[in-house]
Amino acid sequence: MYVAVKGGEQAIANAHRWLADRRRGERETPELGVAQVEQQLRLAVSRVMAEASLYDPELAALAIKQASGDMVEAVFLLRAYRTTLPRLAETLPLDTSAMRIERRISATYKDIPGGQVLGPTYDYTHRLLDFLQLANAEVEAPAAAEEPLADCPQVLELLDAEGVIEREEDDGAEPYDITRDPPDFPVDRATRLQMLARGDEGYLLALGYSTQRGYGRNHPFAGEIRLGTVEVEIAVDEHESPICIGEIEISECQMINQFGGSRETAPQFTRGYGLAFGHNERKTMAMALVDRALRAEELGETASGPAQQAEFVLAHADSVEAAGFVSHLKLPHYVDFQSELELLRRLRREHAQRAEAAGPKTRSDDSSVPVTGADTDACHTTPSDPVKEQQA
Amino acid sequence: MTASEPTASGYNFAYLDEQTKRMIRRGLLKAVAIPGYQVPFGGREMPMPYGWGTGGMQLTASVLGQDDVLKVIDQGADDTTNAVSIRAFFERVAGVTTTTATGEADVIQTRHRIPEQPLRQGQILVFQVPIPEPLRFIEPSEEETRLMHALEEYGVMHVKLYEDIARHGHIATTYAYPVKVDGRYVTDPSPIPKFDNPKLHMSEALMLFGAGREKRLYAIPPYTRVESLDFEDHPFEVQEWDAPCALCGARDTFLDEVITDDRGGRMFVCSDTDYCQSRTEEVA
Repeated sequence: MYVAVKGGEQAIANAHRWLADRRRGERETPELGVAQVEQQLRLAVSRVMAEASLYDPELAALAIKQASGDMVEAVFLLRAYRTTLPRLAETLPLDTSAMRIERRISATYKDIPGGQVLGPTYDYTHRLLDFLQLANAEVEAPAAAEEPLADCPQVLELLDAEGVIEREEDDGAEPYDITRDPPDFPVDRATRLQMLARGDEGYLLALGYSTQRGYGRNHPFAGEIRLGTVEVEIAVDEHESPICIGEIEISECQMINQFGGSRETAPQFTRGYGLAFGHNERKTMAMALVDRALRAEELGETASGPAQQAEFVLAHADSVEAAGFVSHLKLPHYVDFQSELELLRRLRREHAQRAEAAGPKTRSDDSSVPVTGADTDACHTTPSDPVKEQQA
Repeated sequence: MTASEPTASGYNFAYLDEQTKRMIRRGLLKAVAIPGYQVPFGGREMPMPYGWGTGGMQLTASVLGQDDVLKVIDQGADDTTNAVSIRAFFERVAGVTTTTATGEADVIQTRHRIPEQPLRQGQILVFQVPIPEPLRFIEPSEEETRLMHALEEYGVMHVKLYEDIARHGHIATTYAYPVKVDGRYVTDPSPIPKFDNPKLHMSEALMLFGAGREKRLYAIPPYTRVESLDFEDHPFEVQEWDAPCALCGARDTFLDEVITDDRGGRMFVCSDTDYCQSRTEEVA
């Protein structure tokens, strides 16, 4: 006799308990500390902070630990926490020109005012496994310059002075907050950049890459990439000058792309822009490529590649949304499946009746397939319904 | 709905802060005023994944009061894991009383079903919606579909249904079957089986729909005309089963197929567990 299965509650509790055990691993191995994650997996921490839109290295590290290293899950944990936080103030726009530089390179000039600074990069490492790290070898302290770095003007500002690159102007518009207001397509560039800044790195990388391979090509040069810390300031009523409330580490990429221009306006290089919390160089480069691709319409280009379709790019960039909707396929769909099954059986019955009526001559060779079960006949026609195939 | 006392768990009553709930309730008022129209709202991240009912949960959180009794179902059943999980969530963050009895609930959050027992005035049914736009799979662009709704350009939907008939002899949409609300907006009733569509028409209860990932909400107020799209020569019809429910004997309910062995054995039972159970108890 069939009895409806009860006990989902106990099953969930047991699953959580088992998960915690798996997360901890074998007890003789020392437990991973959140500080260790924060200090020693800092690029993972950066990615989680960027995609979660919350600058908090310690909590990002906690999320990584709690998610057993699953980055998408860690981003989700931090996002869900972020959404409960009150808004205390709005900061002034960050001044990335005043960044305390750790790394700063340009691929467009050999030498630039302030100099090229490689900083802590994997770029020129040979990707050979360092077996010494299996034995936790000592690491020497970095070499330090005797003088602090001189001011590093933005490379694109130098081009701007000559007029060969389009000028970015602040139109003074109140920025749209994608975490508070629903997207309203088409969205302006500032909103697009917000959406790209919290977009999934892998997704943006693939889209940016596709523009390089001809699906919406825009001839990019890495004008300047800089990593470092900037001051975060807020305006306070009683004070005339803004007050610094702390420093955050950010990455910025300014791409220089092929020119636009018309009979009326002189040709100029165009820009693509990328910005992210923490050290997120690959992400900011991909973001800059996609930002430029999304400007196709504004710059009078034909949108031919996927990376140039704003609704497509933006509506699918968020890993938390994407992972949620894909994973929901694990939820029960008994009712909808039953509805489809009922229709499919009816269609197959009718198909069989028609085949029967038409006589043996016109029967398809499907009839040679062995027939099992009461409701099965052997036809291969499946009602293809793209609507329902895509829907939950 | 003035409940704002923090619960033991340290979160605001029903998880969302009061400003957010207010924003959502404003959206709901607009939705009720324009039946079937999709209202954009500033959907928040919930501590459950998108696609698992975050839209429905935000709506439930916004309308739930401290004295309300909550019921949560998934596939018609109170005991499916996600229903259990959402119910446990509101027990934890709102401390409200929960029930499995349809008649005792003030707010019912549902995924994919409308309870068999007719709902009464004063009850609120909250649907979890994956894709709120009924035209989405005909026209992928939001910009375009918004315009189509504004101009009441729904011809494509009938073309789609007609193509089904031409190919299969039947309308091949069996769930999330599009409806026209109050003679104006073509609306997605969420992926309920079309069996449930007639229950939307002139319902005594308020029906609210929440799509968290898509950040849209909409409503079918009580006593609203809801027609399922069809053709004169192919009128809308609902699923029927040859056998009654194997447990309670009901002939007028949506039945789940249960596979009982590996030799083709199967039985059909009510998908609405509460309805089935109450009937079984009546008989006993």
